[in-house]
This record gives sequence, structure tokens and C-alpha cells, in this order.
Amino acid sequence: MSKTMSKISSVDPQILREAVVASFQKLAPRVQLRNPVMFAVYLGSMLTTVLWAHSLATTVTGESSWFIFGVTVWLWFTVLFANFAEAIAEGHGKAQAASLRKTRTSVVAHKLTDHSSRESIEVHATDLQPDDIVIVRAGETIPVDGEVIEGVASVDESAITGESAPVVRESGGDRSAVTGGTKVISDWLIIRVTSRAGQTFLDRMIAMVEGAKRQKTPNEIALAILLAALTLLFLLVVATLLPYSIFSVHVSGQGKSISLTVLVALFVCLAPTTIGALLSAIGIAGMNRLSQTNVVAMSGRAVEAAGDVDVLLLDKTGTITLGNRQATRFIPADGVTEQELAEAAHLASMADETAEGRSIAVLAKRRFGLRGRGLEQIKPHFVPFSARTRMSGVRLNGHEIYKGAAEAVETHIRSLGGFLPEAVHTAVRQVAESGGTPLIVSHDAKVLGAIELKDVVKGGIKERFAELRLMGIKTVMITGDNPLTAAAIAAEAGVDDFLAEATPEAKLSLIRDYQKGGRLVAMTGDGTNDAPALAQADVAVAMNSGTQAAKEAGNMVDLDSNPTKLIEIVSVGKQLLMTRGALTTFSIANDVAKYFAILPAAFAATYPALKALDLMRLASPASAILSAVIFNALIIIALVPLALRGVAYRPVGAAQLLRNNLLVYGLGGLIVPFIGIKAIDLLLSAMGLA
Amino acid sequence: MTAHGFMQIGLYLAALLGCVKPLGIYMARVYSGRGPLKRFVEPLERLLFRCGGIDREREMSWRQYAAALLMFSFVGFLAVYGLQRLQAVLPLNPEALPAVSPDSSFNTAVSFVTNTNWQGYAGETTMSYLTQMLGLTVQNFVSAAAGMAVLVALIRGFTRRHSPTIGNFWVDLVRGTLHILLPLSLVLAIVLVSQGVVQTFSRYREATLLEPSVNAAGKTVTTQGMAVGPAASQVAIKQLGTNGGGFFNVNSAHPFENPTPLSNFLEMLAILLIPAALCYTFGEMVGDRRQGWALLAAMSVIFLAMLAVSCYSEQRGNPALARLGVDQTASRQQSGGNMEGKEVRFGIVNSAIWSVATTAASNGSVNSMHDSYMPLGGLASMWLMQLGEVIFGGVGSGLYGMLVFAVVAVFIAGLMVGRTPEYLGKKIGAFEMKMAALAILLPCAMVLLGTASAVSAQSGREGIFNPGPHGFSEVLYAFSSTANNNGSAFAGLAANTPFYNGLLGLAMLVGRFLVMLPVLAIAGSLAAKKIVPQGPGTLPTHTPLFVVLLVAVVIVIGALSFFPALALGPIVEHFMLAAH
Repeated sequence: MSKTMSKISSVDPQILREAVVASFQKLAPRVQLRNPVMFAVYLGSMLTTVLWAHSLATTVTGESSWFIFGVTVWLWFTVLFANFAEAIAEGHGKAQAASLRKTRTSVVAHKLTDHSSRESIEVHATDLQPDDIVIVRAGETIPVDGEVIEGVASVDESAITGESAPVVRESGGDRSAVTGGTKVISDWLIIRVTSRAGQTFLDRMIAMVEGAKRQKTPNEIALAILLAALTLLFLLVVATLLPYSIFSVHVSGQGKSISLTVLVALFVCLAPTTIGALLSAIGIAGMNRLSQTNVVAMSGRAVEAAGDVDVLLLDKTGTITLGNRQATRFIPADGVTEQELAEAAHLASMADETAEGRSIAVLAKRRFGLRGRGLEQIKPHFVPFSARTRMSGVRLNGHEIYKGAAEAVETHIRSLGGFLPEAVHTAVRQVAESGGTPLIVSHDAKVLGAIELKDVVKGGIKERFAELRLMGIKTVMITGDNPLTAAAIAAEAGVDDFLAEATPEAKLSLIRDYQKGGRLVAMTGDGTNDAPALAQADVAVAMNSGTQAAKEAGNMVDLDSNPTKLIEIVSVGKQLLMTRGALTTFSIANDVAKYFAILPAAFAATYPALKALDLMRLASPASAILSAVIFNALIIIALVPLALRGVAYRPVGAAQLLRNNLLVYGLGGLIVPFIGIKAIDLLLSAMGLA
Repeated sequence: MTAHGFMQIGLYLAALLGCVKPLGIYMARVYSGRGPLKRFVEPLERLLFRCGGIDREREMSWRQYAAALLMFSFVGFLAVYGLQRLQAVLPLNPEALPAVSPDSSFNTAVSFVTNTNWQGYAGETTMSYLTQMLGLTVQNFVSAAAGMAVLVALIRGFTRRHSPTIGNFWVDLVRGTLHILLPLSLVLAIVLVSQGVVQTFSRYREATLLEPSVNAAGKTVTTQGMAVGPAASQVAIKQLGTNGGGFFNVNSAHPFENPTPLSNFLEMLAILLIPAALCYTFGEMVGDRRQGWALLAAMSVIFLAMLAVSCYSEQRGNPALARLGVDQTASRQQSGGNMEGKEVRFGIVNSAIWSVATTAASNGSVNSMHDSYMPLGGLASMWLMQLGEVIFGGVGSGLYGMLVFAVVAVFIAGLMVGRTPEYLGKKIGAFEMKMAALAILLPCAMVLLGTASAVSAQSGREGIFNPGPHGFSEVLYAFSSTANNNGSAFAGLAANTPFYNGLLGLAMLVGRFLVMLPVLAIAGSLAAKKIVPQGPGTLPTHTPLFVVLLVAVVIVIGALSFFPALALGPIVEHFMLAAH
């Protein structure tokens, strides 16, 4: 999906065309009513339209019809621009949804009637019920979401994830969930249906990106209240200005009271139309940005909450470390060279197919260029690992070479009359203390030295944690390791805290403790045993590769199954709020200049002395008012790209962010309209319209 | 302005800031039940609670708290209304003053219960000593204490977590009165008496004029009546409790209310004393004093700016007089500047400090006539009220008003740093925004709509004495003053009519209770929330940056709401005066 999505740019002519059409369709009163700020503008536009019609019909010389017409046209443009902003944001979502929908072509499913004999009947995918059992063979599309109960197969999930490499799905464990719309490439799977048609993961994803189920988030509601209050305030300011003006005309004995057209124009300029027009576009664009990072959120609320997260719980294995312990160092005993140790270790590991065993071979090869020798010549007898001896090795030419856990090998050589040299003993202790796992290599009764196995921390992870710390997020590593090992890895990875010897219950209670302390907890998980903790966490990102239970418990699914994706999610959440805040500030700051443009113009005849307030020295009263209205409409269009892209977030601490945004959007919001209105006024005069 | 003038401002600010910490700590201890005067006051408290059948351990939800407050205020209203209507037959009425008219009684009762102390009447010719003492002075104490109680309830909202209650109204009311207002007033009243403020139950005096004069009717006048009365006890609390209702009509410009430079200094200090110190109390009670200092800093910035405007415009004098060649420069012989409506003994600076302090705080007492200020001087006073009386503001009410603005500022700032907004660890949600919007919007709406009705209605226009924009300013000032519970008047407006008494009375009720209720609702909602611990992602609310933002929010909302109205009043008057 990421690939298809990135192709959808904001200047896609198709989307633009559709958005223009939608801008007009959205003029229906029912649609307008959803946004109180823009609804007020909508009513104002209707009023001036009537005033214009009236001015054409009457011959009484009042305001020029051309002036009323100009204001009316630009007020309608204000409404249309707001509609356009929303439509273009929705357009992006619709395009994503369309590309998803293509994969949801109707599928014929093979429903098993008898499990043991694999007899199946063909049914339509939409007729499947939860708990039905279906079989999917190579080349077929998985009809609905389900759980693999038998079989192993490679599945192409590119329709969902955009990732072309197939993934393995198998019964049991954490890789048992399959998604409707994905394709089995090899082998077969028997799947238990877990969701009804129309409610599958894919359906929910389509609904989300389309914004069909979009509900207002808590912060959005609070902001809408503030904006409605401001709109009401300005409505009062403008409405009371009429009696004030009538009274002023009465006492000054000159001029005419302010006209309705000017009042409506003033109101529209003062009302927070900039943010009001872009508010829903910002919300939709935020969700779109999230899906572009290949994360599907189940609600907008979760995305917003992501911006507030202050504790992040991460599984050690697979997230912080590569997941397997690997050999990192040979520590030879006194009188043994490192190469001798490496050769012996290599021999002892030759038949060891575990990741650890392979990593010893890899290390030996990398350090000394050792390769598998002609095994037939030396006729080795391999001794596999057993839980009893806790060693593995090789017997050849009457010699025994073993490698294994320190205590196990020590017992073995003592039985042969050998001993563990003091230096090796120290090395073993040091490796254990630094979080590694020591192995000892023996040659008959002689100890050759130790091998250090270590959990290898993923490259670049430390930097990401530092970034999180700057965002104000505390990272906590969760691991089943003992506290000593956990502490060492935690230090190496640069996490703030860790939970060692973690059980599902311990995880759950850790989350509850943090929440009791007032913190917002995010976690990522994939296993079924993560589900309770995922359900408890405020922001829970389930890996797409994870089990159905984990996906159900989470409120977001990461299609890439990349646990550090949370950093992007947090950024998107923060951007969403910041964009709203920045545009609100900008919108309110704009009002100052508009007052200076409109008030002197509106009262030019009653109180000529107020001309002193005309800081911009605008050409004429009519041009001043028209310029303010035009600026107010154009600024919406000018800010659409920012609303869609979002205000840039950098992890630099709250005070610094506020200072920057206040400077740009607060101070900028004060100054820009002075320049903009003056420029429009100059243009109008140049065109002879003023 | 002379160096002497700057020194007086400096002295005033130093004395004020010097009192903030000790009084702030004292009040924090009082409201936490650890008042140092406990030993002396406790028996009286017990007696009061027993008489009222009040269990002081019983905590109230915000709705119960609000209900108690409303009930208490309503009973107070009835008492003050009744006293005025019946004063002719009640004792302590040596001048045999008749009953006050129903509409004026209503207006005055509302005015004192709401801590506004707008006076449509003239004290010495209207109110008996009993009405002044038992009605007005009592309300001076308890309406102030009620404002402080609401503030304390709001502070509890910030400090408590998962709590369904915000304290006990009766306990807070009694503590504020007995521990804070009463002792301070006692001390101040005695000092004022020592300066010559009158305190007596005797009849008005008659004095023989040294130089008989001829009145307008052509009759020679040889004597002058001098109103006296129990003034000092009322003056002390009217200054300390941001009430402002003078014993005499000309308020603290009267030599019997404000006789000496020292009494003037102390009365000015008393205006801002408690509102400023409450900022410290706030910081102390929420456990982070820097939060209190930040709010005080925000208030001081706007106060100083307006003081500068007022001093500058008054000291500059009247351009119309300057054109006539009148010397308005300050010198050793004269204070210079615009002295119309000002006492020569106070001069420009002490009049300007008072006018700005009394309108910054919702006090409303005056030692000079604001109507006679230059347009910009009048603008400074009017705008300070229109900001919602949050620059120091009324005792309690000023700070809770400022906290409402802080909630709005935090909301906008919170969004801008990409986090759900929180203030002192409490998340600001839709409910808080709704209530904050109401608390800010309603007084603004009342000012705008009240002024609109007054300039539209015939009965409203009849009361306006002055022509041109100044007449408009008078009406605008009256509604700004009442809807924000200030109580000072621009004069030049015949406001003791049924029309103005009724409409201004309504404005006072809206400005008081329709702000208190949302504030208490916020308190209740916040108390029930958890407290989010501070982190690097949290927006700090004690920094200069936040102070700047808060100041900006207060100014922008105030400016955007009232700029058109002000443009048609003082602003255009200023330009016209300058242009002539």
C-alpha cells in the first residue's frame, strides 16, 4: 500500500477535478450545518446575495450593486474554498480506499464440510460465517480474516502491506492470523473464519481511510467549542455595531449607519474562518499521513492519544535486539591462541543447526577464514545437544571437543580430571555480568577458553530512543531475561527502564501502575499473550504479523510489523494537534489587521477622524473592505497544502516548539494580512476596480 | 512626568510586591485550615457553625457549593433590599432619610451582593447609617469572601485528584471573612481614623462659611451642611474587598474618606493588596510558587502598560487647552497635565495610579472623576474592565477569571506543542473549554448588548448628558463597569432611572454569577481528574514565554471584542481632540 499511496500526490489532476465538483456538492445545508463557523459564513453569503438582488431591483441610491456583488462573490468563494479543502483531503483517502477495494473482488471459498476427509463445497466468500472452516490452496485468495488451524504456507500480503516478499503463515504460535484479500503462494492452509464478511480487517481499513467512520476526537471537539464561542462573540460584536453606528450617526450628525453588507463582511473576516475551513481537512489528512506510514488506526482518538504518550513499552526480542544470541568474541585460556580456540569451537558447532551454533561458525569464519573441512576425511562423530549434558560437540580420532554452558563443561572436565583455569572462570563471570551468555570449549580434559554469546542490539536503535526521550517519552524494555542480563542490554540500547523476568501479568500490572501515576502508555505487541496488555495500554500497536487476538486488542495495526514505528505514529499525532493549534493562532492573529482595514472604512463618513486608524492607507473604503474579504478567502486556499502536510514536528521540547510556532504563526499571523490586504488593494486599484 | 512622579509609582509597586509573599502565605494557611489566628477566631467560628447547623467536615460537590453560594447571595440581596425599603422606620437614621425607591433598592442590593458596588445613588443623601453598616458594609465583607471562596474551590480543583468534592462553601466563607478581611479592615480602619477619616453616629454638621456666597437662585448662603457618619469602618473594607462603594457620593475624593497623602497611599495599596497576594496563595496551594508568580507577572505587565498610557495622556494635558496657551507643564508649583476632575492634593500621578488600580482590580472606588480624563486615560480604565476584570481583578474573582484565561491559553499552547493541553497536570477537555468559553463570553455579551440597548432605547438615550462620542463612552463605561463587577462610573450618565437601574442590575448579576457557575463547574470537573506528571513534553506554565502568551490571549480577546465599540468612543474622541 505504501507504494500505491506515495503515488497519490496532492496535485493529482483526478483528485483536483473531483474535489472541485465536491466543493459545490457540499453546499447542501445539511453538510454545512456540521461546521458552525462555516455555516455562519454560509448564511452571511446568502444574506448578501439577497442584498445584492435587492440592490438591483431598487433604484434607491444606496451602496453600489457592484460592491455588494464583489463582497457576495468572495463570500461564496470563502465557503467553496473550505469545501474544497475538505474534499481534497477526502479525495486522498478515497484514492487509497479504491486501491484497497480492488483487492476485495469477490472470491469463491472452499468450505470444508468434513475436516478429516478435506471434502469441501464452493461457497461465496460473503456467505461465510465465523467458525466456518475453509481450505485455501496455492494460487487462491484467502476469502476472509481467519486463524490458521492447520498447515504452513507462504502468503503474499502485498495487497495490504505493500511488501512484495511473501510471509510465512502457520498454525499455532504468533503467525497464525491471515487477512482476507491476501494470496497463498505455496502449499495450503486450513483456516477458521474469525470475522463476518464486510467486517474484515480490509473492510475496516477501507472505512478508516475513506473517513466514513470518522468521529471527532476529544481535542477536536474542545477546539470546535472554542471556535464556536469565538464565532458567537464576533457575531455579537458585529450585531451590536449596528445600533452603535446608528447612535454615532445620530450624535455626530453626519454620515450613514453601517450597511448590512459591510457588517456581514466584517463578521466573516473576524470569525475564525481560516481554521474553521481547514479543521476537518487537517483531521482527515492526519489519518492519511498515518496510513502512508503503513499503520492503520482503528480510531482517530487513538492517533491523537499517540501524541500524548509518555511511556513506551517495548519487547526486547525482535524490537530492541535482533532476537538471537550471537557469538561475538573468543576468549582463549592461557597458553591457547585465539585461532586454536576458534578452530575447536568451529568443529564443535559444525553440526549445530541452532542460530547460536551457526553464529559461532560465522564468527570463526569472519575472524580466521575457517571453513567446513572435508568432513568425510576426518570422519567425525557428532554429539548433539541434550538437555541432560547441556553440551554439544564432536568426537574425532579419539579426541573429544565439546562446547556448552560453563557449569556443564566444568562438570565434564572435572570427571576427566581436568580443572577450570582461574582466567577462564573470571572471563565467564565477566561475560555473564555484561549481559552475555558464556560458553566454554573443551578439548578432552583441557579447557581452551570461552565464547561470548550476546544479544545484539539493533543498529540505530539507541538514536531512536534518544529521539523519543527528546519527545518526552520514556522507554521501558520488557524481557524474560534475568535482571543482570536485562540491565546490561538496557544500558547498551539506551532505554530508560526495564522489566526483567516479565510475565503477561507483570506486563499488565506495569501498565496499570504507570496509568495510575497519570501516564499514557503505548506498547507494541504481536503475541496472543500480549493481548491483555495491549487492551490495557492507551495506544496499542499490534504487528500485522501477529495473532488475531493481538490485532483485536490493539487500536492500531502496523502493516510493516516494525515495532519502532511508534515514533512515526507519535509524530503524526503531535502534528495533528500542532497543525490545529498553529492555524487557530494564525486565524485569530489575522483579525487585528482586518479591523484596521474595515473599521476606518466603515465609519469614514460618520467619523472621518478614524482615518487615522487606516494604517495600510488603502485606496478607498470599498476597496478596503473588499480587500479584507478577498484576503480572508485566499488565505484558506493558500493554507490547504499546510493543512494536508501538517506543521513540521521536531523533537525539541515543549517550550522550544511553542516559541517557534508562536513566532511563525502568531507573529506571522499578525503581519501577513497587513501585507496581503495592502497588496490586494493595490491590485484592485490598478485594475480600476476600487 | 517628574522624577517625583516616577518615585511615587516605584514606591507604590514596591510596597505592593513587598506584601504579596507574607499575605499570600498567610491566606494559603487560612484556607488550609492552619490560620495563625485560629486560637482567637475558632470559638466564634464554632458558634457560627452551630447557629447555622453546619457540619464543617462535610465536603460539597461543585453543584452543592454553587447552590450554597447562590442561596447565600440571594438572602443577602433580600436583606439589603429590605433594609433600604424600610430604613425610614428603622433606627440609626438621624437625618430621617426616606425609603429608597424600589428600582434603586434593587440595583443597589444587586450591586453590593455581586461585589460590584456600582452606586446609582448618593450615599449621604440616600442611605441611613443602619443601611450603610448592616446592609452595605456587611455585603462588602461577605461578597468579597464569597469571591475568594470560589477561587479556593477552583484551586482545590487543581490540587485534588479523583475527588468528587471541592470543599465546603460555608467554611471557606467564614474563614475568608474572619481570618483575612476582618483583621485587615480593623487595622486599616484604625489607621484611617488616625488620618482623619470620620467614624461617628452623630448627625450631619452645619458650619458657618467664612465667606458667604450667592447661589444660582440669587440667595446668599452662609452655612454649609457637612455629611459625616461611620465612614472609616466602611472605607477600609471597600478598599480591601475590591468593593469600592463610597460612603459619600464622591467616594475617596472626599476629604472625610481620604484626607491625607498617607491615607491615599494606604487606600491605593489596599485596592490591589489581596488580589495580588492571592496569586502567591495560589502558587503556595498548588505546590509550585512559580505558577503564582507567573500569573502575577502577567497581571503586572498589563497593569503597567495601562498605567503608562494613563499617566502619559493625563500628564500631557488637554490639546484644546494647550491651543489656548494654558501652561500644563509639571513644575514645583503645579502638577500640570489634565487636572479637570482631579483633586489638587493628589495631582496627576496619584490620580492615575488610583484610576488604573481601581479599574484593574474590580474595586471601583475613585479619588478623581474618570469622566474628565483625557480620552486615552479613560480608555485605559474602560479597557481594563472590559478585559474581564482579570488584571488583579476582584478579590478571588480576578484570579479565577485569570485562571479561566490561563485555561484557554494553555489549550492553544498545548495544541501548538502537539499534546492534549494540560494545566498543572490537569487535562483540559471539551467540558472545561465549554465552561471557560461561557465565563469569558457572557460578560462580554452583556457589555455589548447592554450598551446596544441603551443607545437604541429612548429611555437609555435620555440619560446621556454629553454629546458626540463621549456620550457613547459614558454608556459603554457603565456597562463595562457593571457587567464586570467593577462599579466605578464615568459619571455624566443619569443612571438612577428604572431603565438603567434594571438593566445595569441585570448586567451585574450576569457578570457575577454566570461567571462563578462555570468556574465552579470547571473546579468540579478538574477535581475529578487525575494529575498527569510533568515531563519534557509538558508545556511549562511558569516561564516568561507562557506569561507572554497569557498576556497575548487576554489582550487579543479583549481587543477583538471591544475594538469597534472603543473606536466609536474614546478612540475617535482622541483623534478628534488631536485634530481640532
